[in-house]
Amino acid sequence: MQDLPRRALRIPPHRIGLLVAASALVIFAALFMRWDWLPDYYGLALAGLWRTIWILVVTCVLGFVIAVPLGLAQAGGPLWLALPARAFCTTIRGTPLLLQLWLLYFGLGSLFPQYPWIRESELWPYLRQAWPYAVLSLTLSFAAYEGEVMRGAFAGVPRGQLEAARAFGMRRSAILRRIWLPQAIHRALPTLTGETVLQLKATPLVATITVVDIYAVAGRVRQDTFIIYEPLLLLALVYLCIAGIIVFAFRRLEARIPARLG
Amino acid sequence: MEAKAIEAFLLPLSQSGLFELLSPTPPGWGGNLLRGLFNSVQIALGAFGLGLAIGTAGAYGKLYGGPVIRDLLEVYTTIMRAVPELVMILLLYYAGTDLVNRALQGFGYSPIDISGLVAGIAVLGIVQGAYATEVLRGAILAIPQGQIEAARAYGMSPSLLMRRITLPAMLPFAIPGLANLWLIATKDTALLAVVGFNELTLETRQAAGSTKAYFTFFMAAGVLYLLLTLFSNVIIGRIERWSRRGMPSVAGGH
Repeated sequence: MQDLPRRALRIPPHRIGLLVAASALVIFAALFMRWDWLPDYYGLALAGLWRTIWILVVTCVLGFVIAVPLGLAQAGGPLWLALPARAFCTTIRGTPLLLQLWLLYFGLGSLFPQYPWIRESELWPYLRQAWPYAVLSLTLSFAAYEGEVMRGAFAGVPRGQLEAARAFGMRRSAILRRIWLPQAIHRALPTLTGETVLQLKATPLVATITVVDIYAVAGRVRQDTFIIYEPLLLLALVYLCIAGIIVFAFRRLEARIPARLG
Repeated sequence: MEAKAIEAFLLPLSQSGLFELLSPTPPGWGGNLLRGLFNSVQIALGAFGLGLAIGTAGAYGKLYGGPVIRDLLEVYTTIMRAVPELVMILLLYYAGTDLVNRALQGFGYSPIDISGLVAGIAVLGIVQGAYATEVLRGAILAIPQGQIEAARAYGMSPSLLMRRITLPAMLPFAIPGLANLWLIATKDTALLAVVGFNELTLETRQAAGSTKAYFTFFMAAGVLYLLLTLFSNVIIGRIERWSRRGMPSVAGGH
């Protein structure tokens, strides 16, 4: 930590050249490309950004909550739990997310109205909107990918630790809560960063089922104004920033947990 | 009571006439789905091949290139791994066709219409290249240094060294990562549906849209993708065994 300022000062000469070239590109883009549409779409873009982040956070948290039992069932569960869990993970990981999304949105969306009791239920106002399907399919996808990671993480915890806990007379729930789960999560944490960035990269798919996230806003600008590159470039920059924040946040989180693996 | 409920649930499903809809001859849409699958596989193969070529060059650049090349490659892999494929596809699709046509006009040719197949392969290949760069870089680093030093000591030229030592020796380390990339490539082809290329997912959506049998067709397409994945896994397993021939199996194992 202490040698950071000194290291930051020592920029090799080629990097200065690259930085100059990069800033020249940015200045060129700012001066000679069209940005006059920005004020008109400012509010819409903020709402879209908020929706993207909201979907990302909700699906990651829910997906992780489902992933833990999925991983546990595969790593140490009885066969009648392990087989369905493995089948679920294989199916979700073996088919494109776009297809799952469309299956849920168009498939279930066309199936539900055929049953009168669904139309009369209190959930119907929500089921007619697009976002529940988006959240559901992104959650299932994250759960399947992370479930596979958690399987490896649960299996990677040294057996001796579990045996020691059993020898201490801990109950199975206590072993899971105090020994198995914390160590498995710690092992899964580095891959969790990558999975979360992948999930971020999957969020623009929800625009194809009419959820207005930041990607959909950029598409709207393109349709309204026939400006192609500027919104897309800005969009790429926004995603780069969010990915950077995710990586930074997880690095902080990892640093706070002491690394002591058996 | 219960039987009635089950019947009411199954009725809309059986009404759709599963087998008629999926038959490969014209009243059914099975032929369209298979054609879409063929297109998807074609794009995936092309994109994976292009990604491998870019990845090999990128890995060499990152390991042995000068400082400027290294930094530029770092920028390339970082951007490709952080920006959604969907955005990259749109950006490269528009920018790529635009640039090619401008270049053609500059040389006095008439602009051409770039086919969806070529554009799709190019775009997905560039994205795959970033991931392949990292996979191959890691694999080359995993080769015991002594092997490369020994080859140099024998006076092998760099190209011979690459062909005889580096590439075969890194293969066992690279194959798990590359297998993952291949599976991602087959699934990423679905994204080209968004720019209107007739691969499996878009064919499925068209079939589903015109027959209103959404569930049937999306399920059928899912089964096709799943079969492709499972078939790939079998092939990958064979390739992995072949690449590890002559190596002692890892102690412990599963």
